[in-house]
Amino acid sequence: MGTGYLALTDADREAMLAAIGVASIEELFADVPEQVRLKRELELPPPASELEVERELSELAGRNVSSGRELSFLGAGVYDHYVPAIVEAIVSRPEFLTAYTPYQPELSQGVLQAIFEYQTVICELTGMEVSNASGYDGATVAADACFMAAHATGRKKIAIAETVGPQVRQVVKTYAPGFGLEIVEIPHSGGVTDPEALLAASRGAAAAIFQQPNFFGCLEPAPDLARAASEAGALAVAHVDPLSLGVLEAPGAYGCQIAIGEGQAAGNRLSFGGPHFGFLAAKKELIRRMPGRITGQTVDRSGRRGFVLTFQTREQHIRREKATSNITTNQSLCALAGLVYLSWLGPKGLRELGETCLGLAELARQTLPVEEAFAAPSFKEIAVRLGRPAEDVVREAKKLGVNPGYPLGRDYPGLEDVLLIALTEKRSPADVARLAEVLGEVLA
Amino acid sequence: MSKWGELPLIFERSKAGRCACSLPRYELPEAELPAELARSQAPRLPELAEPDLARHFSALADRNFGIDSGFYPLGSCTMKYNPRLNERLAALPGFADLHPHQIPEDAQGALELCFRLQEALAEISGLDAVSLQPAAGSQGELTGLMLVRAYFADRGELGERRKVVVPDTAHGTNPASVTMAGFELQPVKTDARGNLDLDDLRRVVGPDTAALMLTNPSTLGLFEENITEVARIFHDAGALLYYDGANLNAVCGVSRPGDMGFDVVHFNLHKTFSTPHGGGGPGAGPVAVRRELEPFLPVPRIVRREDGSFALDSEQAKSIGRVRGFLGPFGVFVKAYAFIRVYGPALREMSEAAVLNANYLLSRLKDVYELRYDRLCMHEFVLSACALKREHGISALDVAKRLMDFGIHPPTVYFPLVVPEALMIEPTESESLETLDAFVEAMLQIAAEAAENPELLHEAPHDRPVERLDEAAAVKRAIVRYEFGESAPAFRQPSAGT
Repeated sequence: MGTGYLALTDADREAMLAAIGVASIEELFADVPEQVRLKRELELPPPASELEVERELSELAGRNVSSGRELSFLGAGVYDHYVPAIVEAIVSRPEFLTAYTPYQPELSQGVLQAIFEYQTVICELTGMEVSNASGYDGATVAADACFMAAHATGRKKIAIAETVGPQVRQVVKTYAPGFGLEIVEIPHSGGVTDPEALLAASRGAAAAIFQQPNFFGCLEPAPDLARAASEAGALAVAHVDPLSLGVLEAPGAYGCQIAIGEGQAAGNRLSFGGPHFGFLAAKKELIRRMPGRITGQTVDRSGRRGFVLTFQTREQHIRREKATSNITTNQSLCALAGLVYLSWLGPKGLRELGETCLGLAELARQTLPVEEAFAAPSFKEIAVRLGRPAEDVVREAKKLGVNPGYPLGRDYPGLEDVLLIALTEKRSPADVARLAEVLGEVLA
Repeated sequence: MSKWGELPLIFERSKAGRCACSLPRYELPEAELPAELARSQAPRLPELAEPDLARHFSALADRNFGIDSGFYPLGSCTMKYNPRLNERLAALPGFADLHPHQIPEDAQGALELCFRLQEALAEISGLDAVSLQPAAGSQGELTGLMLVRAYFADRGELGERRKVVVPDTAHGTNPASVTMAGFELQPVKTDARGNLDLDDLRRVVGPDTAALMLTNPSTLGLFEENITEVARIFHDAGALLYYDGANLNAVCGVSRPGDMGFDVVHFNLHKTFSTPHGGGGPGAGPVAVRRELEPFLPVPRIVRREDGSFALDSEQAKSIGRVRGFLGPFGVFVKAYAFIRVYGPALREMSEAAVLNANYLLSRLKDVYELRYDRLCMHEFVLSACALKREHGISALDVAKRLMDFGIHPPTVYFPLVVPEALMIEPTESESLETLDAFVEAMLQIAAEAAENPELLHEAPHDRPVERLDEAAAVKRAIVRYEFGESAPAFRQPSAGT
């Protein structure tokens, strides 16, 4: 026996086989036809001890240049914000970590109440009335929003701004054929979306999706975009950074019907892209169109408050092929990290964090030896023109210990000389000064 | 009930002016923010100091139940032990602090880990190529069906091939995925032995069939005895076979889906490969395919170059595209890979132990609870509380709730739909004989109580923070977020609906 994860002794096995009335474990597999049995060992590396596995994986981890090993200004959808110690302490509690989906509410009041609190926090941030318990990430919740909007409006077209993250748009396009959706992209104009262009593209559309701040870090004229969507009869969908919502207006306050976003920045580490969580919130009238789990408040037989999964007639285990979605496992633990983090920040912390991001971006704008690519104001990311391919600048700057950001030319032909620089509270003014120095040196 | 007391919502613990937050404040220039874009009303986030935050969430954890709390035989969910080693490894800074946009040269360790996991999953499934991208089992299903769709579109057959065959025992995700992928559902029946009804199958499979979605062993915990004939029927009709990997824990190293004739497989890393489910995720749902379907896999693909280094390849003209951000839930991959490294080829012993544990429970319980399909089971089995219901008015739900009084998480109930009053029991390989025996004793005692003291069961559970909850009232009242400023909390009032 190669592992300490198994508890049966030889004597246990003998006693159990006798109780079952078979002579060997082999007999238990009698229903597996001979011709589909594997008649050799699996070709996998031999079993390893815990210590050996730790050594092996530590070696792999050591080959990666993580954010602590260089001064990194990478963002572009996933952000290196500080994760407080309390977040990891709480999500490590085995009662949360090792539980399944809360199908049995009497054993799951902890996670159910946490989801209810999470839903409330997401609604407060976004100015919405209902939130689900989380989606897979900031990209798949956009596909979910499209599906909701198509059902709610009976329309099949989706208008999406080109300034929405490339991966978000790619996922929407992957889901579109199955839903029978047509996707129309709205080109940007000077780094932001023109409300007139959005209005034109949104006529006959189920939804118009834009991102605030957008993928270039620019602040969109979001209220005008929401108004244009509504004028075209489309649902206005805003994809927002949760950590911007202490200083930026809530989508619900400027006329959006759906708010979505990537929750990673709230309490989840970079982890090479996942697991993170997506959030999806909407106005009340859309609740029966929502995909995913929703927790509701109710009472027990003695009138005590309690929480249950609710509106389950939307879901696959009840409605099967008529469900609003196939989703079952979502991102509970990552969403719990988000809740703990946002509770740790509180309204004051969220506002101050937003101000720090705004201030760092402004400092970068004033002090970096490069010009801005777009004139629009920004939140925590700025796009700058380098006058040479950004990929080359990244490679040269990395030799000096600085990863200066994300080359926009990877996704936007014509922007090969534009670099997207992310500034979170983990980067200090001294770090910005160092970035200025390195860019100056590389570009000289 | 008294030991629990009442737990306020975090918003009810909140007091203006408190803040746990501790972040640096720098000297920074003032930034200009257009007034119409600026926040007009602050979000009412909780306001607590950190000690109270810790106590609040600890109290919530106390009101939850995980595998570490006790036996968790939740059928089809494979609630096995989650090794803590895996958590430590996923948290290594080289993994947890690695940005997904890092250039591939500086992420070689992470890419190699993904590549090795792909290779292990290909070997375990008996298929040729793997994408790790899907975020969960149900997204793996959807991805698999998108691959089927792209495959037939490429052959010019998508117009005719509209139907996906799904047995009546399938998880609800299967039919829901069929709809989301733009196919039509074609149900098929289960025969008296619990296999697919071959006559029904031959009747429904034809030129309009795109694929079969099958869980094998099925949700009844039974291995499909006619699997080679089933595969022949579909392949002869030019259709594909999709394997729902929810129950893969029964057959690792014993029988491989690829060898059974399946063309597409999804895995649930959070079931078979021990990554914790976190109270509802994160999961991971990689897909494996036969060579002919490889061109359609999601991008980017992780490839090994001639010099042995690893790279990302997005230049796949026939790819269905991207189904999720980045490469998938990487932190979950680290945990699953560590688990596979600990076992290696001994994964077969894992599956054998899971099947032995299930058959042991089955043999000890089938005389007291009804068994519809009297066969040996694989890693799980389905009993029925029908007799208790008929004779004593005790339902599967009553049995489930009473189990909580013994410190045991209930089995899956009322599923699969083909078994009335179903109790679907999956012990996994993690459990000791003593734990299994304690479960048997509890189940036998409950059956005795059903006759002697049915009220005890109707009123269960007895020592949880809440008694049974009014689910209809939850829908009717539709309270799905905390309502600020309510003068009198409603939760002390008796329910209007009962």
